[in-house]
Amino acid sequence: MVTKTKTVGVLALQGDVREHAKMLSDLGVAVTLVKKATDLSSLDGLVIPGGESTTISMLINRANLMQPLRDFIKAEKAVYGSCAGMILLSDQLLDGRTDQETIGGIDITVRRNAFGRQVDSFEKEIDLGPIGISKFMAVFIRAPLVEKVGGQVEIIAALPNTAQDSRIVMVQQGNLLATSFHPELTGDNRIHKYFVSLL
Amino acid sequence: MSQDNPAAQTGTSRVKRGMAEMLKGGVIMDVIDAEQARIAEDAGAVAVMALERVPADIRKDGGVARMSDPDMIDGIIAAVSIPVMAKARIGHIVEAKVLQALGVDYIDESEVLTPADESHHITKSDFIVPFVCGATNLGEALRRINEGAAMIRSKGEAGTGNVVEAVRHIRTIKGEIARLRNLPKEELFSEAKNLQAPYELVAEVAATGQLPVVLFTAGGIATPADAALMMELGADGVFVGSGIFKSGDPVKRAKAIVDATTNWDNPDVVGKVSRGLGEAMVGINIDTLPASERYAGRGW
Repeated sequence: MVTKTKTVGVLALQGDVREHAKMLSDLGVAVTLVKKATDLSSLDGLVIPGGESTTISMLINRANLMQPLRDFIKAEKAVYGSCAGMILLSDQLLDGRTDQETIGGIDITVRRNAFGRQVDSFEKEIDLGPIGISKFMAVFIRAPLVEKVGGQVEIIAALPNTAQDSRIVMVQQGNLLATSFHPELTGDNRIHKYFVSLL
Repeated sequence: MSQDNPAAQTGTSRVKRGMAEMLKGGVIMDVIDAEQARIAEDAGAVAVMALERVPADIRKDGGVARMSDPDMIDGIIAAVSIPVMAKARIGHIVEAKVLQALGVDYIDESEVLTPADESHHITKSDFIVPFVCGATNLGEALRRINEGAAMIRSKGEAGTGNVVEAVRHIRTIKGEIARLRNLPKEELFSEAKNLQAPYELVAEVAATGQLPVVLFTAGGIATPADAALMMELGADGVFVGSGIFKSGDPVKRAKAIVDATTNWDNPDVVGKVSRGLGEAMVGINIDTLPASERYAGRGW
């Protein structure tokens, strides 16, 4: 059986673009770096990498990419965002710059830098039960947290908590996937493999 | 965090190096107060470097350059939401501990400040906060990584507005990495001796063809084209010091340097953002700088 190779874009304005691109190409996917609207045509899916979300948001606007990215999501293509990517995919943002725009798409409220400063960044093994992945080393770097989810959103992972807050760190809504941690910084490609299965 | 989440580990090498990965493709700007920090963040900087005087003024004023006033650092941390870095003197363990306690996101053990120790750098692996260090060549970069640096920047010659040393240092580091990659395995042992760097790190670089940490560039970048040149030469991102706030129109120049760094491979964009920036900082010819006033030679 011959199947057509899928093509995934990685938004390449700023951040750890190379790490996502490597994980995807190791999975046999063709990778395109996206810097302008025309780069989005003929893509099967898109990854929004980790980076500085305020910077990426400004660069999206300066490259006239905001509307094309929203259209890409409306077309129900698969999109995955890690850390800054989660922030950019959220419908509601807390603790961002007052003028910070997100692409939106996932019905969640996300708090930026929710754990504190870099000295509070950490790594921890977590289980992603709903998608059948256990013992995943999650790397949180000045990471965001999901504080509220809408009815269409499935919670894939949350950190163990004693308090009332839910500490949600991975969600899915249809073909849209977001993690507040960085699987691309580990050698473990199971989350990317799951994302590729959504294409 | 630690009470309800006991298995979480802070300060791991992956968490420290990973922080630098998130800065890639970006511009880190030197700022001396909250207002400059806001200008930097508005322009799209991925982080700011808090310091008391930009390198050009350190050169002009002379005297001993030290860690900044904690009040000033607090003010900058409060003013922006992007990461804040700050400089400690080479070997000044206590300045570094103070900066960590203040909550800065990255410490630059920097030759731009007057060295506190002429033989020993800080043991950076002892800290939770990550460190960036300068290097002029591969051996120096690997010695700093061995001490725990989680990010390297080529040194250039800070405060000169002259990109020639930055080019020399990034070309040297990249060239030495390329050379290692082509060496027969058995020659790596004596090469480690020549580089005065641990064999394990030398072997790792030879195998992967890159440093195990992110490599930025610094020292003398004054124009959008300078920033794009450094990306062209293989830097992961750029530090800009005096180049922005010692120029005629810092707001416009800061944004232009960010845009040129993102679009370094598109000369149309670099050309467009280079228009109407007003005066660039006045440059210094390195040949006229006496050896005692060259910062790149500091660090060992």
